[in-house]
Amino acid sequence: MSSLASPPNPTALGRQPSQPLLWLRRLRPGVALAGALVAFLLLATLVPALLTGKDPYAVDLSATLQAPSLEHIMGTDQSGRDLYARVIYGARESLLIGLGATALSMALAIALGVAAGLGNRWVDGIVSRGLEVMFAFPVLLLALLFVAVFGPSAATEILAVGIGTAPGYARMVRGQVLAVRDSGYVEAARALGHPYGSIVRRHIFPNAMRPLVVMFTLGVGQSIVWASGIAFLGLGVPPPAPEWGALLNAGRPYVTQAWWLEVMPGLVIVLFSLSLTTLGRHIQQRLEGGISR
Amino acid sequence: MTTPSVTQPAAVAVPHDPERDLLRVENLRVAFGEPGAEQEVVHGVSFSLAPGECLAIVGESGSGKSVSARTLVGLTGGRSRVQADRLELDGESLLEMSDRRWRSIRGRKVGFILQDALVSLDQLRPVGKEIDEALRLHDWGGRPARRRRVLELLELVGVPEPEVRAKQRPYELSGGLRQRALIASAIAMDPQLIIADEPTTALDMTVQAQVLEQLEAAKRRGKALILISHDLAVVSKLADTVAVMAGGQILEYAPAERLFARPEHAYTRALIEAIPSADSRGRRLSPAQRRAPLGAVERRPESDGPVLSASELVKRFRGPDGVDRTVVDDVSFSLGQGETLGIVGESGSGKTTTARLALALLDPDGGEVSLAGEAWSGLPERSRRQRRREISVIYQDPLSSFDPRWSVEQILLDALGEEYAGAAAKRARAVELLELVGLEQEHLKRRPLQLSGGQRQRVAIARALAPQPQVIVCDEPVSALDVSIQAQVLDLLADLQKELGVSYLFISHDLGVIHHISDRVLVMCDGKVVEQGSADDVLVRPRHPYTQKLVASLPALERPAPPTEPLREVAA
Repeated sequence: MSSLASPPNPTALGRQPSQPLLWLRRLRPGVALAGALVAFLLLATLVPALLTGKDPYAVDLSATLQAPSLEHIMGTDQSGRDLYARVIYGARESLLIGLGATALSMALAIALGVAAGLGNRWVDGIVSRGLEVMFAFPVLLLALLFVAVFGPSAATEILAVGIGTAPGYARMVRGQVLAVRDSGYVEAARALGHPYGSIVRRHIFPNAMRPLVVMFTLGVGQSIVWASGIAFLGLGVPPPAPEWGALLNAGRPYVTQAWWLEVMPGLVIVLFSLSLTTLGRHIQQRLEGGISR
Repeated sequence: MTTPSVTQPAAVAVPHDPERDLLRVENLRVAFGEPGAEQEVVHGVSFSLAPGECLAIVGESGSGKSVSARTLVGLTGGRSRVQADRLELDGESLLEMSDRRWRSIRGRKVGFILQDALVSLDQLRPVGKEIDEALRLHDWGGRPARRRRVLELLELVGVPEPEVRAKQRPYELSGGLRQRALIASAIAMDPQLIIADEPTTALDMTVQAQVLEQLEAAKRRGKALILISHDLAVVSKLADTVAVMAGGQILEYAPAERLFARPEHAYTRALIEAIPSADSRGRRLSPAQRRAPLGAVERRPESDGPVLSASELVKRFRGPDGVDRTVVDDVSFSLGQGETLGIVGESGSGKTTTARLALALLDPDGGEVSLAGEAWSGLPERSRRQRRREISVIYQDPLSSFDPRWSVEQILLDALGEEYAGAAAKRARAVELLELVGLEQEHLKRRPLQLSGGQRQRVAIARALAPQPQVIVCDEPVSALDVSIQAQVLDLLADLQKELGVSYLFISHDLGVIHHISDRVLVMCDGKVVEQGSADDVLVRPRHPYTQKLVASLPALERPAPPTEPLREVAA
């Protein structure tokens, strides 16, 4: 009644790729595509000239508002500038805003979240209420405020998006810190007689920060979308700079005649933030999987 | 005890009349994984069951007992493949059924009771609604008829004031009531077969007794019952037939009386031997022998006074309603060198708070703790820090007590004191500690997640030993372990005590474990000590009614060899 024909084979479990590049083949296609797109755009920020021979600022009044073609794969704008070149050259500015805003927001979030999580009841109360007030404050309104004070620029966008998105992360950091603070291993470390400062440094901080690595990748994509929104309202980088959100804004009056002016930069923004999100999730799974295995 | 060698079980010789069988399972195989790379976890299991009988499937984690039972409700999971020569319930084959057919079987023909009612019941739904749904899914009766049936069912499983309870949500009910509500929903459609998967594992002893009573009542009403458990003592109360499973096979399949009186398979014998209880005191529980103690062991110098003592401890916590609750109320004890003091009580009795007070992780609101004859509680943390090495702790869940980023090596090095100069000396000591708890050098590089439950608890013990403490507080250290692993860990703790002269403050809800390991016992109830004294005095001749109730609710196992003297008259 019982069969010994197929005993579980223990070696089949811990299969290791023996060939080089095997990990590439094992990558899911979505992740591979996302990685390729992000790599492409990173290249665009570093050496845009490698990806397009055209000048993003070169006005050609004989070729205004041309639909996508082999010559202009994303079409041209109202001044005859090549849209593809503008998107490629705009990547640097957009990515800078995305990274800068996310970095600023994470830094703020860590400072506030750790203070709230480790501080006493009063500190926690004040920080938490403060975060709630900031939650109620629209990011766009904040952007308007900064533009009014500093004038439209990339730095203004970074400030507005960075400060505007910080409360969400701060709450997450606070939750993480609280969870780790009450964890079994922190109590075990206390029972061993380690000073509180070293427990914070060695256990609480690194473990509470772990999910932030992933949140950062996700955050860059979201920040770019936020920044594009601000630029679309004309509050961002002033023309003729080819920042992606500014491209959207510039194309708005022509949307009935030249759909590509909106669709092409919009598509790039969507695909890029989607790719970053996909990569972020992938890293998240790898990190968590690596731990649970 | 490791997984036994895979041998063909002896020809099944359970006398029964095949005509009466409700359930017939022959050569059941379950495999998981992608086609082509499947891994079989149940290798040809056969059993049968008649109405009014109880089959217990006993085994440890990974033995395939739950998976085997789940094939009877079609809940083995998406990527599983179930094959059998025969898998029949009431003459109907359960193989290759559609989801739709399964839904009509579940609840109506087979009732399934899961381990933890708090997880299995919808938190936001009154339990009456939950039971009502079990009826409604099978279009049973109209609304008023269902209402009557719900109350009838709650009454049947012994829930007092069913009208009130039916409107309450799971979190408003005690563990016992919750589990009974779950049973009520499982038997709502009056299924002929009830499967209970570890129905009492998460429960306190007195509650466990109530739940077992309900299952027994169902059996008396003529229901066929499959009881899945790792606890042989629980099983011995209910089972007519026992199937002992390991490694996906049935190793022994016999009438309960015979199996407990004359276990044939070595594995069954080892399982029975491994159960800690009054008569296992001073005996090894696991067949594994301890190799000679290490030469480097330093025994604590003898001391006369208590190493840890507490007098009139009081601890209050403010509840969410702003009212103070006294969690520990006037608790005093003292622990001598090389002695084990067991603290036993049910959940919420204040055991763990007492442990945290002893560790000075909490400061008492009244009374005091002294360690090695000197004041310990109420001191500023700064002056306590150095002396923390005198008292260490082992938790129930070792995994959560390790930083998830750390390897075993980091965990142990972190726990070592200043007295080891240099990385090499520290590492050598870490290896020594691992060997002391029966692990090896190769485990240093592993992370706790890559270890088995028993190995993790050994690492936790090694960490607790690292500072060379006088006292180790053990807070339910074996409650999450399988019986055989529990036996090994209890043996290890006893060995270490003999070799090192360390004292244990041992907390458990399990009377058997407490009786096995403790020299003296303290029984706690609602934060108060209701009884304390030597283990035999308290647990064999309990005076306090609460202790008597606890002892009476302990399912006793008929042992293969009767003890020389009647140790537990109360068990009747």
